[in-house]
Formats: sequence, C-alpha cells, structure tokens
Amino acid sequence: MTELRETEAATAAKVAAIELRGVVKSFQSHGETVTAVRGVDLTIAEGEFFSLLGPSGCGKTTTMRMIAGFDEPTEGQIILHGGDVVGVPPNRRDVNMVFQSYALFPHMSVFENVAFGLRRKNTPKDEVTRRVGEMLEIVDLAGREKRRPRELSGGQQQRVALARALVNRPRALLLDEPLGALDLKLRQAMQVELKRIQREVGITFVYVTHDQGEALTMSDRIAVMNEGVIEQLGPPRQVYERPATAFVAGFIGTSNVLSGTVARADGDTAVIEPGPGERILIPGAAAEAGGTVELTVRPEKIAIGLHPPDGEACALRGTVTEVVYLGTFTNYTVRTSTGAEVVVFVQNASSADDVAASGDTVWLSWEPRHSYAIGA
Amino acid sequence: MTTMTQAGPAVRARRGRHGWGDRLLYAYTWLIIVWLCLPIAVMIAFGFNNAKGRLNLTWQGFTFTWYGKLFAVPDLTTALVNSLTIAVLAALGATVLGTLIGLALGRFRFRGQGALNLVQFAAISAPETVMGASLLSFFVQLGVGRGYLTILVSHIMFSLSFVAVTVRARVLTLDPFVEEAAQDLGASGWTTFRLVTLPMIFPAVLAGGLLAFALSIDDFIITSFNSGSTLTFPLWIWGAQKNGLPPQVNVMGTLIFLAGVLLAVGNAVLARRRR
Ligand SMILES: Nc1ncnc2c1ncn2[C@@H]1O[C@H](COP(=O)(O)OP(=O)(O)OP(=O)(O)O)[C@@H](O)[C@H]1O
Ligand SMILES: [Mg+2]
Repeated sequence: MTELRETEAATAAKVAAIELRGVVKSFQSHGETVTAVRGVDLTIAEGEFFSLLGPSGCGKTTTMRMIAGFDEPTEGQIILHGGDVVGVPPNRRDVNMVFQSYALFPHMSVFENVAFGLRRKNTPKDEVTRRVGEMLEIVDLAGREKRRPRELSGGQQQRVALARALVNRPRALLLDEPLGALDLKLRQAMQVELKRIQREVGITFVYVTHDQGEALTMSDRIAVMNEGVIEQLGPPRQVYERPATAFVAGFIGTSNVLSGTVARADGDTAVIEPGPGERILIPGAAAEAGGTVELTVRPEKIAIGLHPPDGEACALRGTVTEVVYLGTFTNYTVRTSTGAEVVVFVQNASSADDVAASGDTVWLSWEPRHSYAIGA
Repeated sequence: MTTMTQAGPAVRARRGRHGWGDRLLYAYTWLIIVWLCLPIAVMIAFGFNNAKGRLNLTWQGFTFTWYGKLFAVPDLTTALVNSLTIAVLAALGATVLGTLIGLALGRFRFRGQGALNLVQFAAISAPETVMGASLLSFFVQLGVGRGYLTILVSHIMFSLSFVAVTVRARVLTLDPFVEEAAQDLGASGWTTFRLVTLPMIFPAVLAGGLLAFALSIDDFIITSFNSGSTLTFPLWIWGAQKNGLPPQVNVMGTLIFLAGVLLAVGNAVLARRRR
C-alpha cells in the first residue's frame, strides 16, 4: 500500500510519457466522414503498463497509430515525453509499435528483421549481434536467426515482431494485440515474459487487447473504449468491480445490471425494496427517494440459498432457470422477482450436490459493498 | 526474342496414378514445346549451314564458318549494336519510369488515377501501326530529326506501361504496414524504399525490365516509322531479305536466343533459391 502511494507520488512528479488532449480522428471514406476517435484525453505515466480495451472497431488501433505518427489527429494534441509531436514523422518519435498484422519484412531473415532498428541508429556491429541474440533468447527464438518470416508459425512471427520492437529499447512501446495469434499456453508464458521485460527495462507499454482477462492481469491501468470514446479509465480492480457505465459492466466480465426505484436513502446508502423481505442496498449512490438507480453486482459475489439471508445483506428472491456445471464453478441463471435475469457463479468447493435445481425458488444474497451504482 | 519465363509455383503432379487424362496432357505439353521450338531450331541449324551464294534456304552441309565471320557484314553489326544498346537503354528507362508509376498506382489514391490507368491499358492494346504513325507525326510536328534518339524515346514510351502494370499488380499484394514498420523503426522515406519496398517489388521490377528489353529488341513496326536512316537488327533483316540473308543473321539470332534462355534459367534458379 505504501509502495503504491510512493509510485503514485513519483509518477505525479515526472513528465507523463504519453499525453492525449482532446484527440479526434475522422476519416474520409467514400464521401462519408467516419469519426473513429471522438475526443480522447489520456495521461500515461512513464513506466506504466497501460491497456486499451474495447470491442472491435472502437478506435484502439487508430489511437495507437496517432501516437506512433502514422495518422495525424484531426483535432487535439499528442505529447510524448513532454514534447508536442503532431507533425513529427514516425521515424523521429521515440516509440515503437508492434503491429496487429506483425508486418515483418518478408525478404529478411529473423536476425535482419530484429536488427533493422539498431542498424538505423548506426549501432556497432558486435553490439547489434549481441543485443539481437539476447532478444531472440528472451522470445525463445534462438537458433532460428536464419529463417525467413514465412518459414515460421504465426506465434513465432508474432514473437519476432515483439523482439524487433523491444530490441530498440524505446521509451514507449505500443502493442496492438501482440498475443492474438498465440495458443493459450504460449500466450500465458508471453504475458509473464512481457510483464517481466516491462518491469526490467522500465519502458512504458500501451497495450491493445480484446482479451479482458489479459488486460486485468497485466495492466497498471485500463482504459475501456467504446465507439471512439473512453468510457472508463482506472486500475483493473476499479474497472472490474466498479464499472462506471452499463457498457463497461457488460464488456468486462459477466455482470448483472439491476435497476429499481429508490425506496429511501439512509445517509449515502440508497435502498431498493422490490418485494417483501427483499432489499438492495447501494452504498455511495447519490440518489433520492423516488428516483431510479442502476447498479451492478459481479456474479461471483452473490450467494445462492433456499432461505432468506439473515442480517443486513442484500436479498432478492427468484426462480432458477438454468444450471450449468463448469468444473470449478457452477453457473446459475436466476429470474428475479423484478424480472431481471441474474447470473451467479458458485464455487464447487465440496463434492456436495448442487445448491438448487432448475425451477427452484431461491434467495440471492450479497454484501452491500458489492453493489455499485452505475455512473456514481 | 520473346522468351519470358514466369517462374510460377511448381505444380505438384499426382503421383502413382497415370490415367488417360494425365498421358494426354503429357503428350499435348510436349507437342506444344516442340511446335514452339521448331522455328528456333531451324534458325539455329541454318547458322551452321555451309551456304554458298546468296541464299541460305537449303541445307548444304555443316560448318562453323559463320561463327568465325560473325562481324563480317559491317552494316549488320552496326544494326545489331544499335538494337542491343537501344534495348538496354529503353529497358532501363522504362523500368525506372514504369516502376514509379506502378508504385503510385498501387499505393496511393490521387486525382487522375483512373485516367492514367485507362491510358496505360490503351497504350498496351493500341495497334502498333497507329502508335508508330502518331509518334512519327508527333516528332515531325516538333521538328525532331528521326534516328537513334527517336527510336529510344518511342521504345521507352510503349514498354513503360508493361512495367507499370506488372509492378502495380505486385504492389497491390503487399502489406502496407510493412513499410510503416520500417519507418517506425527509424528508417527515413528513402531508406524504407531502398531496404524494404524495392526488395519486395524487385521480382516484378525485374520481370518488367526483361519484358521491356524483349519488346524493344523485337520491335519492327513502331521502329520503322521513327528510325529515319538508323537501322536496327529487325529493320536490317527486313531490308536485306530481298537479296538473301547472310547466315550471320542466324548466328546472331541464335546468340540472342541463348542469352534469353540463360536469363530465364537464371531467373528460375534465383526464384527457387528465394523460396
Ligand atoms: N483509414 C481508414 N479509413 C476509413 N475508416 C477507418 C480507417 N481506419 C479505421 N477506420 C474506421 O475507424 C473505426 C475504428 O477502427 P480501428 O482500427 O481503430 O478499430 P480497433 O478498435 O482497432 O478494432 P479491432 O479490435 O477490430 O482491431 C472503424 O470503424 C474503422 O472502420
Ligand atoms: Mg485494431
């Protein structure tokens, strides 16, 4: 905790690695204006592992391309390490990009591909050999120096692309879905490897991914994008547990979105009472009695039982509509008295039978601190 | 000399089963090869003909004489040198200009792109007599004396489109992000072109260049309109054939053909090694 504060303080004092101010990007295509990015503000600290997460077509690649210098923003400013870079060509920006399509040089060997950036900076020959060798060792491609890209598997090509960018030790590395083509095992190994490299070399990573699990485990902070805007920006835990919008709640993990009319407000806790014995407490919701409030609860925070819970927990009655056994978890879908469908994950801790079967009337309960008002 | 070999991917034959279809295809293939080679074989053979008198049309015995007296006909030698130097210069000129046009057409969208594409194909498909005649009136209008230079200019002009079309087709298959990656890694525009773009399109540039060379050394119609008093190899042969062609013509033809075969084989070997 103290360590976290220290890094935060240190970050605040330093110049931001990457800063986007009111960045808008429109394309002209077939006589129409397509706005891919509509007003993005971002500050990424030096050495931070920053992820851009969002559905296909939300503007992640476009944002990256503007930082790297392949596209110029229609509006707004891009500041790299304190200097405005709008108009500066890509070869004079101290960032490197790992392309979604790898973009390896097909006519060069693996070694020449990785050495390309170093040679452009007139690095001495023996240093090139040494650094390329080290880098290929790291990405587990030692011994394949002489191969051409087309003689490698998709995953190997992706690792060459990574090595080709990393070997230059740029101040910031932009990675556009760099692990997309890898199988699960290699993907996890590379995640650990990337994280290690990032920590060791201390470079800023801007990481684009579709995979929320990857974003959650690797990032210091995540920006969730949708249709060209950032819907939420924060540390993984915050984005996961306290989604700011219904979109974020739906996009990250499985989330239950409930809504109701506020019956009363106890201090800063709003209370919904859908039926007899049922109550939903939402701490920190700035809602008044009579207003409507939307909230989310994560499926793994909800307990399922045949009797109403005791004490101050949130309680909701419903009928089980589906039970899916998933190994470590059992996944229940429950239609609540309010009509909403709620998903509940119950860990299969013991070999006991399922808590409930399809058609049973059950009680759902969770601690009030797990209810989050959306947009609060 | 129109020997253009496209080293395409090797077709893997079905092994083991040799049905009627396979045998027919095999026979047909060899029939075509023999048919295509027959006139060339005749040309090569009559280079060794011990011809007496003016006509070299009947077989009169084997000799190496004409290889020894290759440059014994001075006008013919001049014509051959003209043809070869024009072909090399025209191929170089057409390759440089055509590559630039092909790159622009394949990579960018610009005003007049559609028109350029259209004119290019028009230049390829226009009858040579029309092109030759219009070039002639163009040169006459400008008051340019016909000769070596006008032949060179017209050869560059008509073979440029072939290079541009070949290069454009190649550019369209390239991943544009590869060039961006080079820039991202610190390469300037020129370095990117030299180290990344050019090597990637090089097979097409080479093919286009060889095509331009072959078209130029071959050309008769357009050249005859714009040659003035300068003679090229085909023009000299055309002029001389009424009085009978010396066997040196066959020998030169044989040598040009051999050079073409060597180029084609070299190209195929290179392509295989690159694969
Ligand atoms: N050069 C372009 N011309 C026209 N439209 C474009 C161009 N580049 C991107 N777009 C549009 O901008 C939007 C955002 O594209 P972008 O590539 O940034 O998405 P993305 O978030 O990277 O998606 P994915 O996850 O599928 O890679 C899309 O609707 C796309 O069609
Ligand atoms: Mg993308």
